[in-house]
Amino acid sequence: MSETTTARETPGAGTQERGLVGRLLVGLVRVREASIFVVLVGLALYFQAANSAFLSEQNILSLARFAVPYVVIASGLCLLLICGEIDLSVGQSFAFAPIVMYLAYEKLFLVLPLAVIVGLLAVALVGLVNGVVTVYLGVSSLITTLGMFFLLAGLNVTLTGGFPATTPETNLLTQALGEYAWSGTIWAIVIVAVLQLVLARTRWGLHTYATGGNPLGSREAGVSIARIKIGNFILCGVLGGFVGIIESFRISSIDPLAGGPDIVLLCIAAAVIGGTALLGGVGTVTGAFLGALVLVILRNGFTLQGISAYTYNIILGVAILIAMILNVYVARLRGAGRE
Amino acid sequence: MENGNTNGSEFLRVEGVVKNFGAVSVLKGVDMHVKRGEVLGLIGDNGAGKSTLLKTITGFHRPDGGRILVDGQEVNLRSVSQARALGIETVYQDLALVNELSVFHNMFLNSEMTVGPFLNNRKMKEHTQRYLEDMGVNIPSIDTEVARLSGGQRQAIAVARAVYSDAKMLLLDEPLAAMGAKEGALILDLIQRLKDERGIPMILIVHNYAQVFDVCDRVNLLRNGRIEYDRPVAETSVEELTELVVSEYRKARAGGSGE
Repeated sequence: MSETTTARETPGAGTQERGLVGRLLVGLVRVREASIFVVLVGLALYFQAANSAFLSEQNILSLARFAVPYVVIASGLCLLLICGEIDLSVGQSFAFAPIVMYLAYEKLFLVLPLAVIVGLLAVALVGLVNGVVTVYLGVSSLITTLGMFFLLAGLNVTLTGGFPATTPETNLLTQALGEYAWSGTIWAIVIVAVLQLVLARTRWGLHTYATGGNPLGSREAGVSIARIKIGNFILCGVLGGFVGIIESFRISSIDPLAGGPDIVLLCIAAAVIGGTALLGGVGTVTGAFLGALVLVILRNGFTLQGISAYTYNIILGVAILIAMILNVYVARLRGAGRE
Repeated sequence: MENGNTNGSEFLRVEGVVKNFGAVSVLKGVDMHVKRGEVLGLIGDNGAGKSTLLKTITGFHRPDGGRILVDGQEVNLRSVSQARALGIETVYQDLALVNELSVFHNMFLNSEMTVGPFLNNRKMKEHTQRYLEDMGVNIPSIDTEVARLSGGQRQAIAVARAVYSDAKMLLLDEPLAAMGAKEGALILDLIQRLKDERGIPMILIVHNYAQVFDVCDRVNLLRNGRIEYDRPVAETSVEELTELVVSEYRKARAGGSGE
């Protein structure tokens, strides 16, 4: 075991015979996250060389704040993807939770902490409905959550009359929930760390892998795959809603249109680039986290260079394709290592 | 085997069990019993309902009629976990192993050892290592993903897992399917040892009748939703069993050749 551990920490160690490329390849094969980490560092170096403002304090802060929603949503999606399901509506939950919170605060005159809880309960209910319809009614989650996407999009606009609203005024809670410059980043890091721990070290995590890897076999072994799937649907929705609340306090505005298709598709891309299998059974939150950072750095770096959003999309598309081809190739290399 | 209530007394009794899937009636009143220390071979044509019968005994399916008695007590199994609590363990045809997980995580799937909220990986590894050695199962490393193992190794792990948690009875669905001669011998050997050393009663679904004679004490034929033939292995032969199954086929062909 100690041998595999060291191999994980220092990719390619102990293979002096091979050249640098060979060693790198071995490293990439051993640790899925290593490849995406290499890409991340490479991108950072490139953008810093192209524009020295990239690693300035100001830009790092803006990167850190901009990445928060993507990192958190990609992490939640990661667990759901691993257990073999998907949530296309999580971007709309991202917009929905702050709206419900706002209405509970302004129209129902609840105190803010209670209003926040009501907002989170609303997105938990969304996750529950997604999960129950998918698991018990047998509708593919792609369709369930596509329907939920439009339902919430309509609700978000209807509930607000289509206009952005201003968040409740500053107090300690709003500071902690996003107004303080680093609060969102701290939340994101804590969430990634906790979720990775849950995934790698708890029964819930193990059963999440098992459910996605072999649903029938898991059921035969007595794993309650319905509970695992519905739980991860709820988790994904609540995380999306929670980071939506954080984001709304950061920009002091509640935007009914914040949940467009862009955000959820980017987060799925982040998880997939980070090594999560769309068919379930494989992936890590750490990988999804790195994948989200890569996407955010790409956009930020291109913006600094004055490259348009159109070009960004072209490059993003190519990046996803390359990442996927690499994943298949790496999986084949791993397969070749057997027997 | 020391105390009087072991070998020879009845462990499992199935009475008039019925199972329908929609309009299709698969089990139409199955009567069956297994004694302690006895290995029962269950044969029957494809689609006869052998796997359905096994999954009904193991709590995966709920019967639509009849009763199941364990140790003389009627039980109402609602889940696989309930059957496991009674000591009835199953090795399914698909083995119920998760390819993406390591050997030791598969060994403890759904009965993981924990420290507080966390998995106790070290303890699970120790137990797996020791246990597989005891059972004479050879695996290159218990850290490897199950996907990397051969069919025989996977089957051995599935059997070891089923027996591990103090199994009082073992149900095996085609344990020798899709296996080479050498690997098949390994599994037969494992089954034989479980029978000799632990006296665990078993039901084995088998297709190759020669193998029935290697390890089974008694053989049951499931046909038309019922057990139509029940005989000790000593009183029958491969030829007779083959003839039993084939004659039905000939009859069906003769009756249906009206075109």
